[in-house]
Parts: sequence; C-alpha cells; structure tokens
Amino acid sequence: MSDSLDDLQAQALRDIEATTDARVLEQLRIDYLGKKGRVTERLKQLGTMPPEDRKPFGDQVNRVKDAVWRAMEARAVDLAEVAMQAQLAAETVDVTLPGRGDGVGGIHPITRTIRRIEQLFGELGFESVEGPEIEDDFHNFGALNMPEAHPARAMQDTFYVKNGEYVLRTHTSPVQIRTMERYVRNGIKPPIRIICPGRVYRVDSDRTHSPMFHQVEGLYVAENVAFSDLKYDLMTFLSRFFERDAEVLFRPSYFPFVEPGADVHMKLEGRWLELLGCGMVHPKVFEAVGLDPERYTGYAFGMGVERLAMLRYGINDLRQFFENDLRFLEAFK
Amino acid sequence: MKVSENWLREWVNPQATTQQIAEKLVMAGLELEIEPAVAEPSHKVVVGRIVSIAPHPNAERLRVCTVDAGAAGAPTIVCGAANARVGLLAPVALPGARLPGGVEIEVGELRGVESRGMLCSAKELGLAEKSEGLMELDADARVGQPIEQHLALADNILNLELTPNRGDCLSVQGLAREISALYGLPLSRPRIKPAVVVGERRFSVEIENLADCSNFAGRVVVGLNPKARTPTFMRERLRRSGIRCIHPLVDITNYVMIELGQPMHAYDADKLSGSLRVRRARTGEKLTLLNDVEVTLDQAELLVTDERGPLGLAGAMGGAASAVSATTTRVFFEAACFSMQAVAGVGRRHKITSDALYRFERGVDPDLQRAALERASELAIQICGGEAGPITHVGRTQPEPVSVRLRRARLVQLTGQDIQPREIESLLSRLGITLVHGDVGTWTAKIPSYRYDLRIEADLIEEVVRLYGYERIPARPYAAQLAPSRPSETRRGSAQVMDALVARGWQEVVNLAFEEQRMHEALSPQLTAIALDNPIAETHSLMRTSLWGGLIAAWLHNRARQVTRVRLFESGVCFHEADGRVVENPRLSGIAAGTVASRQWGQPARAVDFFDVKADVASLLEACGGDVRFEAAEHPALHPGQSARVLVDGQPAGWLGRLHPRVAKALDLAEQPLLFELEWAVLRQARMPVLAVLSEFPSSRRDLSLQMPREVSAQVLCDVARDSTGAHLQRVNVFDVYRAAEADQTGKSVSVELHFQDASRTLTLEEVDASIEEIKRSLQERLGAVVRA
Repeated sequence: MSDSLDDLQAQALRDIEATTDARVLEQLRIDYLGKKGRVTERLKQLGTMPPEDRKPFGDQVNRVKDAVWRAMEARAVDLAEVAMQAQLAAETVDVTLPGRGDGVGGIHPITRTIRRIEQLFGELGFESVEGPEIEDDFHNFGALNMPEAHPARAMQDTFYVKNGEYVLRTHTSPVQIRTMERYVRNGIKPPIRIICPGRVYRVDSDRTHSPMFHQVEGLYVAENVAFSDLKYDLMTFLSRFFERDAEVLFRPSYFPFVEPGADVHMKLEGRWLELLGCGMVHPKVFEAVGLDPERYTGYAFGMGVERLAMLRYGINDLRQFFENDLRFLEAFK
Repeated sequence: MKVSENWLREWVNPQATTQQIAEKLVMAGLELEIEPAVAEPSHKVVVGRIVSIAPHPNAERLRVCTVDAGAAGAPTIVCGAANARVGLLAPVALPGARLPGGVEIEVGELRGVESRGMLCSAKELGLAEKSEGLMELDADARVGQPIEQHLALADNILNLELTPNRGDCLSVQGLAREISALYGLPLSRPRIKPAVVVGERRFSVEIENLADCSNFAGRVVVGLNPKARTPTFMRERLRRSGIRCIHPLVDITNYVMIELGQPMHAYDADKLSGSLRVRRARTGEKLTLLNDVEVTLDQAELLVTDERGPLGLAGAMGGAASAVSATTTRVFFEAACFSMQAVAGVGRRHKITSDALYRFERGVDPDLQRAALERASELAIQICGGEAGPITHVGRTQPEPVSVRLRRARLVQLTGQDIQPREIESLLSRLGITLVHGDVGTWTAKIPSYRYDLRIEADLIEEVVRLYGYERIPARPYAAQLAPSRPSETRRGSAQVMDALVARGWQEVVNLAFEEQRMHEALSPQLTAIALDNPIAETHSLMRTSLWGGLIAAWLHNRARQVTRVRLFESGVCFHEADGRVVENPRLSGIAAGTVASRQWGQPARAVDFFDVKADVASLLEACGGDVRFEAAEHPALHPGQSARVLVDGQPAGWLGRLHPRVAKALDLAEQPLLFELEWAVLRQARMPVLAVLSEFPSSRRDLSLQMPREVSAQVLCDVARDSTGAHLQRVNVFDVYRAAEADQTGKSVSVELHFQDASRTLTLEEVDASIEEIKRSLQERLGAVVRA
C-alpha cells in the first residue's frame, strides 16, 4: 500500500509540476485533495484496515496530502508570478515615444524683460502704471518742459495723428504726468513711486531703430529726494538685472524734463554701454502738474526695453523682436 | 558740429592729449568723437609751382608742365587739368609718393612723354569728396614745403554731438570757454580790430517785434575784389568743420559762425533796395531760396525784407535774388539775434537744414552780433580788400543782465551731497558766473550773456554738479518713502492671464501697432481708423483697429517657414475714432491655425476647430467670475455660422470665430484661421472667492436624449431646462450632439445630463421624476424638443 501511496504522491507532484495554468492547478487540487480526491479517497481505506495499521497508514496519507498541498501552493505562487510577468510584458510601452498633446507656449522676450524690470523695481517699492498711447501735445511735450519751439522736440521725431492734434507718445513720460495730475486732482500727497512700461513711437526705421519700441520710465517724488537716491536705486536695479556687480557711470546729459540730467553707462563685457537716461525732475514739470517744486523733489529715469533685452539675451538684431519667427520666440520659453 | 583741434588750441591749450580732452568733455556732458584731419596721409607731396607749360606732342588734352618743387628740383610732369597755368601753386606728388587710397607715384610715361610726378587735386589728397582741377594754393605758399606742413594736416577734427541745451558750445569760442572752465585755464581770445569806417553808406533796419529778433547789426563793405580767393587756411578750417567753400564772402560768414558762434548772412548790397525790415511773412508771399527752391510763406515765418519784398528766411536761408556772386563788389553783412521761437518749425515746414538755423534753433548769444560783424569786416578787408561803412545796430543792443538766486541748502537737498560754499563759488566762476552773497547760504548769480540756457536755480545746480563730477556724488543707501500699493483681489494682472494662455500652449507675439488700409478694410470696416499724418510706409499708415492683422502676418511668416500649426496671441491696444475722439481698447487676441495638435503618433490628426479655441477662451474667462456666454453673432471679419460674441455678465467681452472665407480670399489666405479677441477691461476682473455651502446629500443624475430642431442652441436648451424647475437642478451639461443624416436639415439629437441636489436633504425619487417631467414639458412646449424613444 505504501508503495502505491508513494506512487500517488509522485504522480501528483509530476502533475503539479507540469501545470502551467492556474485553472488546471485548481482542477488538480480537486482531483487529489477534494472531497472525492484521490488522496482523500485513500483515507476511506482506513475503515477496512486492522486497527494497528490505521495510524501509520493515516499518518502516511496525511504526509502525502501535505506534500501535495505544499507543492500546489508553491506552484500557485509560481504561476501567479508567470502570469504577472506575462501581463507586464503585454502592457509594456515604449517610454521613449513622445508624450501626447503639445507643450506649453511662451511669452515674448519683450514681455519677459518688462516683467523682470517690474519685479526688480517692484521690490524697490515701485508700482507699475499704464497710460494712453495716443497723447495730446501737453502730456507728451508741454508738461515735460518742451514747449512748442523747444529744440529738444527734434530729438524725438514724432508721429502725428488727426492733423497734428494728437501725437503717438514718444516716451512713456506722459504716464508720469498723468499720475502726478491724478494725485493732485484727488488730493493725494506724494510719495509717488511708479514705473511706466509701454509701447512708444518715433519716426525712425532702420537696423537699429524701430518706429515702435518699448520703454520703462520711472518716477519718484517725495520730500528731499536727491540725486544720490537716484544713483542708489538705479545701481541696485542694474546690478540685479544683469546679475553682476554693476560698474556704472553717471554722465551729464540733457533731457528737458530733468535737471540735473544724466546718462547711465555700464561696463558689460569690457565695453561701456549707455543704458538709460535719468535726472532730477525739472521744476517746470512740477509746476505743470500743480505740485509745489519747493516742497517736493523727485527723480525720473527711462530705459529702452529692447536694448536691455538685447544685452541680456545676446540678441543682435532689433528687427527680430517684431518678426515673430517662432524659432526666435521659442528660445525664450 | 565739427571743429579743428588746432584751431581750438589757439584759444585754449590744456596740457592734455586729444583723447584726454575728449574724455573730459564727455564727462561734462558734451558727446564727441575724434577724427583725423585727413583720413589717410600723403607722403612725398610738396608745394610746387608751375614754371612752364608746353603742349603734349601726342595728346591734345594733356600738357607738359615744368614744376618747381624746391629741393626736389624741377621735374617735368604731364598734366590734364584745365586750371594748370604758369605761376599756379599746387601740390605735387614726387616719384615715390603715396597718396590716399594706396596710389603710388612713379616715374612714368604718358603717351610717350616722361612724367616725373603728379600735380594733385584736392580729391587726390583726400581733402574733398570731389574736386575740379588742381588744388590751388595761396600765392605766398613756400615752394618745396611738404604739403602736410603747408596745410597743417597734423590735426584732429572734434565731432561734437551736442544736446540741444548747449547751443553756446556750437563754436570754437564756445567750446574753448567750456574747456577753459573744465581745466581752469584762461582763454586767449584773438583780438578783433574794429574796421576803420569810411563813408556814410548804410541801410537802415527796422525790427517789427523784439521777441523775434532782439537785435540786428549790419554794415556795408565796398570796393571788394571779385577775383579774390578764400585763403588756404580758411578753406582747410572750413573743410574740417564740414563746410564747403562757395564764395569768399560766404566763406567768411561761415568762418565767423564757426569761430564765434554767430550765424551771419552776406547780401550783395547792390541787390538791396531801400531800408530793411525784420518782420513776419504775409500769407501767400513767395521767396526763392539760395537752393533755388521757391517757397510759399505764411505768418509763421520770420523774414528779412527790403522795400521790394522778402530777402530771406530769417536765420534759416537767404534768398537767391540778393545772394553774393562772382561779380559782387559791395556786400551787406548781417549779424542778428533771431529768437528760438521765431525760427522754430521753419526747417520742418520747408525741408531746410542749415548751420545757421541749427544754431538759432538752439539759441545764440544776444551780445555777440557787433563783435561778429567786426570780425567779418576785418576778414573781408583782409581777403577781398575794400572799405567798411558805418554799423547799423538796432534793437536791444545791450542785452538785459540776468541774475539767478542760488541757495546752498537747495543744492545740497537736490544732490544729496554737502558741497562746500567755496567750491560752489569756484566752480561757477570758471563758467564766467559771478556770485554775489545775499542772505546766509544764498547767492545772486550774474549770468553771462552767452549762457542764455541758465535761467533758474536748477540750471545753476546742474552746472555745479557737472563740474563737481557726478561720480563724486555718493549713492545714498535705500531710503525710499513709500506709499504701499493696494492690490485688489478682484483684479488680475495681465501676467496671470497671459501665463494661463501660455500654459495651454499659446505663444505670445509682438507686432508693430500699425495697420495697412487693406487689412483694416478686411478686418474692421465698421470702425473709423486713425490715420497717421506722417507714416513711415504705406503698410504702416493706420493705427491698428484690430490685433488680428498682426497675428495673421505672424502666422503667415511662420507658415512660410514650414510651421503649419500655430497658436499665437498678442496683448496690445487697438485704436479707432468715435464721435471725433480717439478710443483705445487694450485687448488680448489670438490666432489658431493648422491641426489641433502637432503631428504625433498618439492621437489622430484633425484640424483645429471652433470648440478647441473656445475651450481656451472659456478657461481664461472662468476666473473673471460671472456668467460667461457665447452667443451666435455676426462680425464683419468672421464666418457668420462660426462666430460668437463673448459676454461676461451681459457685458461684451470679445469675439471668437473663424475668419470669413471672403476675408480670407481678399487677404490671399489659403486657410481660414480661428481668431479670438478679448477685452482687457473684462479679463482683468477676478472673482472674489466666496464659498457656498457644500451639500452633504447625494445628487442624482438623469440623462435625456432629445430630438429637436437644428436651430435651437445648446445654450437655449440649458436655459429653458434651468428656467423650468426650482433650485434642485444644479447643473445641465450637453454631452452628445448628433445630426442623424445630412439629408435631415431640420433636426438633431442632443443628449443632456441633469444633476439634481438639495442642500438640506436627500431628494426623493418622486421629486426628481416630477422635475424631469416638468423639464420635458417645457422643452417640448418651448423648443419643440421631444424625448427620443
């Protein structure tokens, strides 16, 4: 009998080993270990046995049963693993294929530069203000100490509209005028600390001039504002904008709406470059907007956005800004 | 202004190199560049005299000259110049000479005659752009002298780019004053000898308005030699100032202008009649100018006239009729002080530029006229001979003295630097400004006449700081007085909106804000565009009425470079005129063309359509809060069946649609891109978040499949569904639309999901059923929509 039990066990283990399918394995479980299974059946022989043989036989059957059970368990684990592997293999994708859909767009380098300027001046307490692009003579010239016959008008070749009734603003300084007027009109007292970014227009078109370009002008009006404040704020801005210690030079210059006036030069890659114009607000500008030039002093500055962007990002042709070639624009994503 | 360095050093001569002087001037606010007096030097060129001339045996147009070249002997030179004559002094390039442009002179043979050198023109020596014949030298030129020495070519030209406030520096005298102030050196002013007055001949002068012309000095010089020629030194100095020699008398007036800063005019005295008058033009008067252009005048123009009419545009350009000529023997010199206001705009109106006008536009010393007149008379008598008549000097012959108050406290306040009184006094005195002490810390500054740009305290403060040195003003550490801004949560910055668009794949572009007429007519014919009075090009003649024109151009630019799929946007102002007023609308606009996605493996390709762009537009408006609606509406540039007006809370917020095929055809576009335009006024609005109560009770969803007329819009369907029940209907969503057959032109199937919920309890099945029934009834009655079996 024991021989045949051994045979049964060997047969069961061979069957289990040969199984590659979980359902077949389950069927084997029923075949061998189920209520009517071939191993279970053997236990029924116990009743026909002499009592002294029953225990050893029972133990033997139970060992066979255990062995078969364990083999089945082990085989089940193996089969699950195989199935998992098969599933994984079937589900494998080429991860190097591109992702679906499209990436993000980008902002134009001019906007990028204006934002950076706004951020840096924002940290210095400047608020960003905008204004109209078609201006009247007073706001673009008159209030800025450029009366009708002023020779400085020739410095800025002007676009006129409506038979000279209006101009395309030649700088964003009119926004400063409008802001000061608003303060006076609403009875708000300085300090005023603003920057004015925006499009400006001049009759000029060649490799280094565009009839439309962008400026950021700044204005600070309070009591006791001095040239030394202007120097500090602009040097701070420039060193942060270019992320380097600024070697900066202030040179006397002339703009009708400031006095003293200066050009600011900075040494970049070993060359001195003129970056912006600035100066102390001219008393006539204060008079034009109704602020008391004895009580308040102030400074103003202006910079060309394209110029700063060109120096910062190594752009060498002004016209690229307005061609909108995606190969150019996508470099600024 | 260009001026010879050597000439300048005759007036003031700092012990400094040209470069050092230039740097000093630049740091004082006077921009300049240095150029050599002659671009390329010549070697082995000397003063020669033609001693004999013989015809060339083999060539009619050539002659054989014997030239005395001093130590270099008397070479025979073949020459073709018409002005070659015995006795003429001219530069001669000897064998071995090198001329500008790399020309080397060797002994050669010209049509069989040996030529040992070359007689030179001014052009050949690099002294003129063009010239006719040999360069003629003064009769007293020393034969054999190297030409560099004779013409003093070891010189530089200072090319000054002056700011408009420094008209006082537009002369050797003015610049020398500035340098003398910067270096603290005295000025050696050449002495002007007043002419001995002979005779009584004079023209009387009358000034109509002293505001136009503060004073006018003039005199006649008679007995001039019409054959006189402008001496070489003067020619060279004028050349270095970029002024062409025309006539000795004109050259003299130009010379005095460069030397002293006073623009002058020389009239042929025989062509003047009666007394002169400085007056404004009468409308319709005509005048032929020196450049032979006839101009029609109006009351804006200031004239110098005689009894017969206008002689010239005062301070700008003389008239042709009264100009000096090769036969002039009697000249009337004018030295006047025309005001900036009087000459303003003349140049622009008549397209004239002149050195005189350039100076008058920037102001001229009102105390200079008499001295300049004497200087011109002196030079005229020297060069052309003759006798000077009495001076007529009318108007304010002595300018009123000007004084300005200067407070040290104000200077310190404005600069942030404690500059000492002694230093202030010293710096200003170098500029010829005398300070008289007033109250404590206060001076009265007496301004010299030539610094007419100094009129207020700030002007003086600038002068002090300029000479003190901007670099000596320290940067004062951050000490801003601030009024903190008050950002509102119901306003959005443009960056936030634009970044949202960028995140959805859109690229920003920037276009010039001009528009072509054709584009305007195609895109916004309903608007009156604002035309520029002086556009730079026909394609830039209007201010843009829409951002779409620029976006279409940007799309086409990239399409021509094989980029077929674009999502471009621009933020900018659109302009038009309404009721005679300028209207500016800040907008955000976009263009979408090509496929919905770039070419890729993971999804089927299809063209971008209205709803792709609508999703992007709607996402931008979501944050604005309020009720966002797209209603079918017609726009002249958009496809009438695919265009929507965008409304936020009933307020027009913009447009979305496909370009009208007719417009596409008019613009030669092969495709009709999708376009949107949104008003920043609306986009900047933001919803202040207020949290509603979140219901804890389950919601129930019901789907309805409806058959309905084609013209009923999804919006109307949802609106009617909402109208028909109480608060329980939370959300309606159209999730399927199906047009059964092309043949069926009248109907469509639409599936909607309806979500019901109550905040305080679970709705019963019966309640939901009742609502559904009511909705179905409304849809059927009001829209003809029936539930499909």
